[in-house]
Amino acid sequence: MTSEVTRAEVCIVACADTYRGAGEILGHAVGIIPTIGARLAKLTFAPDLVLSDGEAFLMHTPPPLGKTASAGGVVEGWVPFRRIFDLLSSGRRQSMMGASQIDQFGNQNISLIGDRSKPKRQLIGVRGAPGNTANHRVDYWVPQHSDRVFVESVDVISGVGNNHVTGFGKGLKYHSLGKIVTNLGVLGYDSTGRVFVESVHPGVESTEIEENTGFALSASGAGLTRLPTEEELHLIREVLDPCGLRSTEVPQ
Amino acid sequence: MSDKVVTAEEAVASIRSGMTIGIGGWGSRRKPMALVRALLKTDVRDLTVVTFGGPEVGLLAQAGKIKKIVFGFVSLDSISLDPLFSAARQNGQIETEEIDEGMVVAGLRAAAQRLDFLPIRAGLGSDVLPSNPHLATIQSPYSDDVYVAMRGLTLDAALIHVNRSDAKGNGQFLGPDPYFDDLFAMAADRTIMSTEKIVPPEKLLDEGSFHTLFISRMFVSAVVEAPRGAHFTTCEPDYGRDEVFQKHYVESARDPQKWEGFVKQFLSGSEADYHTAVKDFHDSRSSE
Repeated sequence: MTSEVTRAEVCIVACADTYRGAGEILGHAVGIIPTIGARLAKLTFAPDLVLSDGEAFLMHTPPPLGKTASAGGVVEGWVPFRRIFDLLSSGRRQSMMGASQIDQFGNQNISLIGDRSKPKRQLIGVRGAPGNTANHRVDYWVPQHSDRVFVESVDVISGVGNNHVTGFGKGLKYHSLGKIVTNLGVLGYDSTGRVFVESVHPGVESTEIEENTGFALSASGAGLTRLPTEEELHLIREVLDPCGLRSTEVPQ
Repeated sequence: MSDKVVTAEEAVASIRSGMTIGIGGWGSRRKPMALVRALLKTDVRDLTVVTFGGPEVGLLAQAGKIKKIVFGFVSLDSISLDPLFSAARQNGQIETEEIDEGMVVAGLRAAAQRLDFLPIRAGLGSDVLPSNPHLATIQSPYSDDVYVAMRGLTLDAALIHVNRSDAKGNGQFLGPDPYFDDLFAMAADRTIMSTEKIVPPEKLLDEGSFHTLFISRMFVSAVVEAPRGAHFTTCEPDYGRDEVFQKHYVESARDPQKWEGFVKQFLSGSEADYHTAVKDFHDSRSSE
């Protein structure tokens, strides 16, 4: 069985594991694999987790993957965007966001590449990244681990990294970066706030992570990311993602 | 003043060059597109636009209407980036005041409450502060906390689109989210509200509960009846996003020649011409 486990499935359980012990909070996830991960966590070890349809509803049972409550599922609450901002300020939320760039202290950029007055590439904008990182735990999902994403320094700090939390009294006392899950491994932060390799996914050479990271990062001594259990594999394949959308984000 | 019903052209004639305007909706959702299309045809320029950005930003920027945007994001939702917005930025054509989307909410709330600012944690430690040097922080008088003092985003005018309204400007949303249209209206000196349908006040509760009566006529100056006036963005439950058309918009916007054709086909006539052209577009595709 384990030989058939795909990389996408390993990533899903790594994402799910970020919600371990989260309690009764809103699990916010951007991307297919983080979404499946959050749903998997709720069905297994994090039953109190609250999930939304990504639009305006909290879901007792989620809609089909990639769809909103209008396509199915059971609604348990109404959270239009105005209430999301209230909710995230309350701290009862945990996010897994994407990143166009990320540096060794976990500063994240989704705003633009290049110079602000005339960017080389305009991206979506800082969105809620400054507010999310100021208010509750944030994790990142990087489906293509490369030295274009993991850079020496980011062009625009959107999500706040560990080296920028001082200087505002205790204004950033709720800042908390969790993990960075990529298609190659799981990264954590050490006591100095710097990224380190926590585990390498089965089948990945540790040099692969080092070569695809734009700052010095050693993967030697890192553990192996855990494999899904039989139950988790069943839930991923038969219940949460029967159409196999996960392989569109991380191809085998 | 009782009846506030005017045409889109009459309504947008009150928008002048150099104004700060707010645009309701969120991303590619319930955007006042009929009003935006009317604005495209005016000679207004140098607008500062405050928005949870969708396709209106690229369209207005491409037409040379925008000097600066105050925003947290611009996205078409099902398609992440709008090529017209990207091009306007990458040409250095429009300035930005880029802030966290929660800061946009705080700024509108402050303006609605006639406050200079509201405190918020969002922005601390990020490049939002260094890139907007006029934004100040403030020490809490009660603890060691320092917060961003998000300045009030006072608007000269707001443009919003709702599902139903009466002729006096009592607006109703029937979809899953009111977004921040009520705040835009309250933060603005003047609000132009387009609606799918004008109904008598006694019919306002026929299609939705009283919870849906979000916009009061106290904050509305002009009402424009604009069926399918949010097209191609969503206007649930009246209609969803026209994904096929949005895709066509994006593909056209990527190529200057194709864009010329798009403008000629869809944006050079009246609002009625626009909807006829959209219908023809769909008919010709389904007959292929």
